[in-house]
Amino acid sequence: MKLIKAAVLGASLIFVAATSHAGETFDAVKKKGFVQCGFHTGLPGFSIADSKGQWTGIDVDICRGIAAMVFGDATKYKATPVTTQQRFTALQSGEIDVLTRNTTATMTRDTTLGLMSTGINYYDSQGVMVSKNLGVKSAKELGGAAICVQPGTTTELNLADWFRSNKLEFKPVVINSPDEAMRSYVAGRCDAYTTDKSGLATIRSTLNNPADHIILPEDFSKEPLGPMVRQGDDAWFMVVRWVLNTMLEAEEYGITSKNVDEMAKSPNPNIQRILGVTGEMGKGLGLNNKWGYNIIKQVGNYGESFERNIGMSSAMKLERGLNAQWRNGGLMYGWPIR
Amino acid sequence: MAKNSPPSKAPRRRLSWNDPGTRSLIYQVLILGIVGFGVWFLVSNTLHNLAVRNISTGFGFLNREAGFAIGESVIGYSPADTYGRAIWVGILNTLRVSIVGIIVATLLGTLLGVARLSKNWLVSRVAGAYVEVMRNIPLLLQLFFWYAIITEIMPGPRQALNPMPGVFISNRGLKLPTLQGDGLDWILGGLAVAIVAIVLLGHWGKKRQEATGRIFPLGRWAAGLIIIFPVAGWLLGGAPLALELPELKGFNFTGGLTLTPEFAALLAGLIIYTSAFVAEVVRSGIQAVSQGQWEAAAAIGLPRSRVLRLVILPQALRVIVPPMTSQYLNLTKNSSLAVAIGYPDIVSVVNTTLNQTGQAIEGILIIMAAYLTVSLSISVFMNWYNKRIALVER
Repeated sequence: MKLIKAAVLGASLIFVAATSHAGETFDAVKKKGFVQCGFHTGLPGFSIADSKGQWTGIDVDICRGIAAMVFGDATKYKATPVTTQQRFTALQSGEIDVLTRNTTATMTRDTTLGLMSTGINYYDSQGVMVSKNLGVKSAKELGGAAICVQPGTTTELNLADWFRSNKLEFKPVVINSPDEAMRSYVAGRCDAYTTDKSGLATIRSTLNNPADHIILPEDFSKEPLGPMVRQGDDAWFMVVRWVLNTMLEAEEYGITSKNVDEMAKSPNPNIQRILGVTGEMGKGLGLNNKWGYNIIKQVGNYGESFERNIGMSSAMKLERGLNAQWRNGGLMYGWPIR
Repeated sequence: MAKNSPPSKAPRRRLSWNDPGTRSLIYQVLILGIVGFGVWFLVSNTLHNLAVRNISTGFGFLNREAGFAIGESVIGYSPADTYGRAIWVGILNTLRVSIVGIIVATLLGTLLGVARLSKNWLVSRVAGAYVEVMRNIPLLLQLFFWYAIITEIMPGPRQALNPMPGVFISNRGLKLPTLQGDGLDWILGGLAVAIVAIVLLGHWGKKRQEATGRIFPLGRWAAGLIIIFPVAGWLLGGAPLALELPELKGFNFTGGLTLTPEFAALLAGLIIYTSAFVAEVVRSGIQAVSQGQWEAAAAIGLPRSRVLRLVILPQALRVIVPPMTSQYLNLTKNSSLAVAIGYPDIVSVVNTTLNQTGQAIEGILIIMAAYLTVSLSISVFMNWYNKRIALVER
């Protein structure tokens, strides 16, 4: 059971010797020669392993970006699939170096778990999916409904909050395994199924008749998803933060994995700095100036990662929406590399 | 005896390594010290590690608002209540399914155990097959099976089966009418009076039988009393009782009593699985009583049913009770598999709590404390019962 793993990880907190000094994670990562990333155990488009054990997804791309930035080789990472219950303990106890696992950044998590969010790589929201033949057009018509939900996230809380603020009643059916929860919804035990909207789209694509189910327009919550690191190592925090920003900046300036070599000849000073043609941008992190080039060459920019994993060219078929570049009306706004 | 024997001078105790008493004392102190140090080290190291990592600790979160909803509850609960109350709801849900499960599994298991010893070939073979099949299928699989049966085969709430007025069967569970109003208290009062009366009558009947040899037909009297007193209470209270019928409103039924699919599936799984073990315990207990007891009882003219009840079972119970205690403990702990099919037991509720608060160590401690308390209570009760029925040596 998942609890057992949680208990074991908890026990590791009991037994590990208490040592802590600044830079310990970054130093340890450089020393062992790879980065240990915590992934979702299997969420198509975000992080999922194929039959050969190759991981793909936008969360995986952040991890690969970190490996490319630190080692110049995007394959120098190791995956630790973690469940919702295990993820924070795994990061707290040092079993993983960074949690890249569609995790919502919240104040409680930042202030009481000893962890820090480093940025947002997907702006999501919690929604609800219903069967079309229920004839429901809005979540406000769901008063009295039974709703299937998976434990282990803020999902249950958001659900209860939304129904409370709209003065509606509902009955939660909390089922641990995603497959069993989905089966119950399809069998009609619940009127609705709730999780993050990206997750709903993914799940709907796996149903027998995806067209029979609709995702209602209401957003129960804001779900800014992004990587997390332990507190206490600012250098490591900055590495993770700037991988994401580099990928966003690269998209904004049109640098892709295909044209990166030509772009290096560009006269644009921003592009020159990102690709390390001019400036000493890597110095502050103790890296050489090829770090930006390595990320883009081996992983690609944010837009490429999005399209490849969850965009229109993938099975997920998610719109860019909030995750478009700020110039296109989205929230993705890379911090300047200068 | 001590008075008669010459006053033996107890050798003065000296602290010597050669004295076995002293040696064992030193060993015990040493081991206690090592264990104590180990516990202190683990606790202080944990607290230090948590503090270094800026992780909140303590049980203060129990007083904070929980914010999440729970599907079913014995006591009133809303998301505005505290984590403490949410966990209490989980504990009560665990107790509810465990207590009902233990009672029904005992009855069903005893029946099966006796049936397995039946002289009727068909009855004993059916009971034997049941035991062998049910105890060899993992419980988790059985739970998934029952839950899938209930949710897949039953119709939706709008097409619910309605076998009689006020009763609905759908994939949202079994809906029954409930009684509402002040009359309920009077009926429950009458029921309590009836139970006390039956216990007293039983004592009196036993005494009279010992004195006169006449058997008191307690069963018939009990059946009468258990009906008469509640009805009398209801009439005394002025019969203010209304029937609350479940009705379809929107998506689901409102009002009435609900037996949810999750509870039903968990209960069915636990009962069917555990009763197979109980049947074997009962069978082995009965077979442990020697054949001579049957023959002796038959020789004094007792009918077979009375032989079983008065001669065999009291002796068999001494063999049955200790392993039965283990089965009860197993059933209680197995109820934690509820998380797989969505019944909000203690594990499920604490799971959600520790995900929202991030206080995993405290959460696991609460689960362990809850199960330990329940298990020790069952043990204490069963040990007391075991002593009560133990063979009184005369």
